[in-house]
Amino acid sequence: MKLIINNISENESFARTVVAAYMTRLDPTFEELADVKTAVSEAVTNSIIHGYGKEKGKIEIHCTIKGKTIHISVQDWGIGIEDIDKAMEPLYTTKPEWERSGMGFAFMDAFMDHLKVTSKVGEGTLVEMDKEIGKEQESVEPL
Amino acid sequence: MQKNSKMVHYEVIQNCLVIYISNDLDHHTVTLLRDYSDRLIEAGNIRHIVFDFTDVDFMDSSGIGLIMGRYKKVMFLGGKAAVSHVGEMVNRIFGLSGLYKIIEKYDTAKDAVEALTKGGKAV
Repeated sequence: MKLIINNISENESFARTVVAAYMTRLDPTFEELADVKTAVSEAVTNSIIHGYGKEKGKIEIHCTIKGKTIHISVQDWGIGIEDIDKAMEPLYTTKPEWERSGMGFAFMDAFMDHLKVTSKVGEGTLVEMDKEIGKEQESVEPL
Repeated sequence: MQKNSKMVHYEVIQNCLVIYISNDLDHHTVTLLRDYSDRLIEAGNIRHIVFDFTDVDFMDSSGIGLIMGRYKKVMFLGGKAAVSHVGEMVNRIFGLSGLYKIIEKYDTAKDAVEALTKGGKAV
């Protein structure tokens, strides 16, 4: 499944709802669905706020299902991330004046099984994540 | 599609502002809610704020920013912030973010208002 959206904030709910609909064939629990929706929402919001800012641009969301695992990638062609390790630190944000909590990557990491971020300054950012649906529930510990 | 005016309603009980959110909380809706609640706080006579989540099914990290921002505002006024009627999904997000270290959770908005206004008098 491939979804290409403009970088407007109204599309955040659209994007996560489409991914949620796509994964229903895996018969996810309410919690698994919420996990994936949150992770997608975080990734798309990052592209809109940090990747593009005031510039116009496209965000491409690509999903595949292999066995019981959903793989999701979110790509933008925005400004990119200079220091990925720093960006992924919980509570770190470059936009405190916008009341960004700095929890975006932390939530993606907590709610998905795997998270990989690739970025090049001036070229954009690719977030890849996957989650196996229907495995034993594990409790999420406070960060 | 819901109109913005239906996304939220509020009431003021003594010096406590209760905001009933009735939509998903993401970056888009948070931007609208932030202005809405700040106007109400700045209109005066508000010391505490309660966010009621009865009708909220989804929230991402943008919601944390909203609550934290309002918490700082009322703290400056000598008040407190609280959340009520928090569902399972939102509760996980709050728990994971560590928000409960600084903000109290109550079963209902009424419980929150009672606790906050009592505490307010004691200060």
